Amino acid sequence: MYVAVKGGERAIEAAHAWLAEERRGDVEVQELSVAQIREQMSLAVARVMAEGSLYDPDLAALAIKQARGDLIEAIFLMRAYRTTLPRFGASRPVETGDMACDRRISATFKDLPGGQVLGPTFDYTHRLLDFKLAAEGGAEPAPRAEPAPEAVPHVMGFLNQEGLIETEASSDAAPPDLTREPLELPADRPLRLQALARGDEGFLLGLAYSTQRGYGRNHAFVGELRLGTCAVEMDIPELGFAIEIGEVELTECETVNQFTGSKTEPPQFTRGYGLVFGRAERKAISMALVDRALRAEELGEDLSGAPAQDTEFVLAHADNIQATGFLEHIKLPHYVDFQAELELVRKLRAGVTREAAE
Amino acid sequence: MSALAGGFTDAPVEAARAFRGIMEAMARPGRIEMVAGAVPPAPLSPAAGAVLLTLCDPETPLHLAGETDCSPVRDWVTFHCGAPLVAAEAAAFALGDWAALQPVSRFAIGTPDYPDRSATLIVEMPELLAEGAVLRGPGIADTAALNLPEIEAFQANRRLFPLGFDVLFTSGNRVAALPRSTEVG
Amino acid sequence: MTSAPDTKEENSARKRWLAILAKTPHARLLALTEGLSAPHEVLRAPEIGAVMVRGRAGGTGAAFNLGEMTVTRCSVRLAEGPVGHGYVQGRSKEAALRAALVDGMMQTAVSSQLEAEVLKPLAAEAAARVRDRAEKAAATKVDFFTLVRGEA
Repeated sequence: MYVAVKGGERAIEAAHAWLAEERRGDVEVQELSVAQIREQMSLAVARVMAEGSLYDPDLAALAIKQARGDLIEAIFLMRAYRTTLPRFGASRPVETGDMACDRRISATFKDLPGGQVLGPTFDYTHRLLDFKLAAEGGAEPAPRAEPAPEAVPHVMGFLNQEGLIETEASSDAAPPDLTREPLELPADRPLRLQALARGDEGFLLGLAYSTQRGYGRNHAFVGELRLGTCAVEMDIPELGFAIEIGEVELTECETVNQFTGSKTEPPQFTRGYGLVFGRAERKAISMALVDRALRAEELGEDLSGAPAQDTEFVLAHADNIQATGFLEHIKLPHYVDFQAELELVRKLRAGVTREAAE
Repeated sequence: MSALAGGFTDAPVEAARAFRGIMEAMARPGRIEMVAGAVPPAPLSPAAGAVLLTLCDPETPLHLAGETDCSPVRDWVTFHCGAPLVAAEAAAFALGDWAALQPVSRFAIGTPDYPDRSATLIVEMPELLAEGAVLRGPGIADTAALNLPEIEAFQANRRLFPLGFDVLFTSGNRVAALPRSTEVG
Repeated sequence: MTSAPDTKEENSARKRWLAILAKTPHARLLALTEGLSAPHEVLRAPEIGAVMVRGRAGGTGAAFNLGEMTVTRCSVRLAEGPVGHGYVQGRSKEAALRAALVDGMMQTAVSSQLEAEVLKPLAAEAAARVRDRAEKAAATKVDFFTLVRGEA
């Protein structure tokens, strides 16, 4: 039996109108501007840009306002918007070694060129609610110091010099793009990194934590965590050379992981990598741990069946827009499907009752 | 610097109209549609120019065959479409007259999993007329007719279905299409 | 392209000013170039689009797609000949057009005036923004000192 039904238009319109009113909240309270969200909810903006996979702080702030602070809904709005944009091309890979760092720390080397720079971190705060903020107090100006002229090289370079860590094979080959071609397995590392960079922070955090608790253990140290601004350079065909077309805030995490060696490789350290739009160090560290876990097979490690080592499991479930789309669709009308289920259960019950009677 | 002129002046509107024309042509094989708004360098027809502006971008590798492979056309395509210029085997689109496009067996026909990973040929014609080869198949009520440059190649392409290349024919400011699903008799 | 072959030096000068224009906040660019105009035709109307930003595995390895950023571009030809290209980060057709005009006019006799009135102040402001953050970062740099050195 198939029954087509139509209706609910008036109800939907009224629901939209009420949604808009609820979004605004109490009109006695001043309305939030997009600029306020951009400046004062900047970590939410960063998450929406990273998982929305589109760097544009103003748009992300607007999406957060429209979504009433539901970040996955805001990410959905960003993803939808980006599909309307023509793509001019791809940038040259950003040079994170040249980053203007706001923050740069290493958990493996105390003394390193460029030093340990804490930046505007939550790390040493006491996690006590600050009731002064409730009174809308202004902030004291941050202290200043003379910047050191020295460069801030990647920490991994030092281990490389001794040959104690695997080297990355540099390549400018055009990487696969899962926004253009459906995800296919086996997925190479560039494709996995793209999926992780736009993946859900909570999902990656849970997976990364599972590797620390022993599900696919690979014992990660944060070799380096850096956060700051990088220029984006693109080749412009009509000019015949590359120009900077903007700059983006990035968070980068490189992990150093134990590796006991394999049949073909001597014992050395291996690497995990996280790179995320905006200020997002929890996500960047999580990404690096999951990246490393997903490399188990190529490094010839024993696969323990841990979720974080299962490429298909991780990549197919990391995207929160895919996940929420499929999850939330089950609340929409399934009258016909359910009718069939209902009839099946009735038939089965009738059979059981008959047997019992006989 | 003529390479930089001749794009759509009102891209959203003109590209939408051209897309509509191309879509109608593809949906009704043999039907001749108008596409305008482009002023490409010689030897391209305005229709071929409009097709390039509408369908090609940095993610659609383009093969220029024969006389179309000249520096004014290359520069114009690079500036207005950004499509990378490639060999026939790697092309998502290929442009030229029928002779220059030979052998057409060079072009991508897709894979069983992804039949869409195939080439679309843009064939420049001296003229487009609703006469000649008889066309049957999806999008055609009874039969249609089009002055195809030959018959055999398109019959062979039809036998590859659901694989195969698709074809747009351009002349002046007119376009017609022959998708792989059309039977040519 | 078949434009006159630029020397390396001309390229690097042009790269510098195009980079400044791309990274300047739109409102500032529009304010500083208000009233700036030259007879021109639009070759490519201002267009908002995206550029896929790439990173490298491990910071130095194979390229991968990180995510897109918004960019607006525009190209003009000045009546006196030069072609100007404008690329600005974000979404502003007005700013892209203004950047293209500046790029075109930097290839004409007014270049030194534009350099002094537009590019120099914008470059100084950009340097000040970088300096501002670098100073605050420097104040959060850790100076380690040894409390007790454990020796067996």
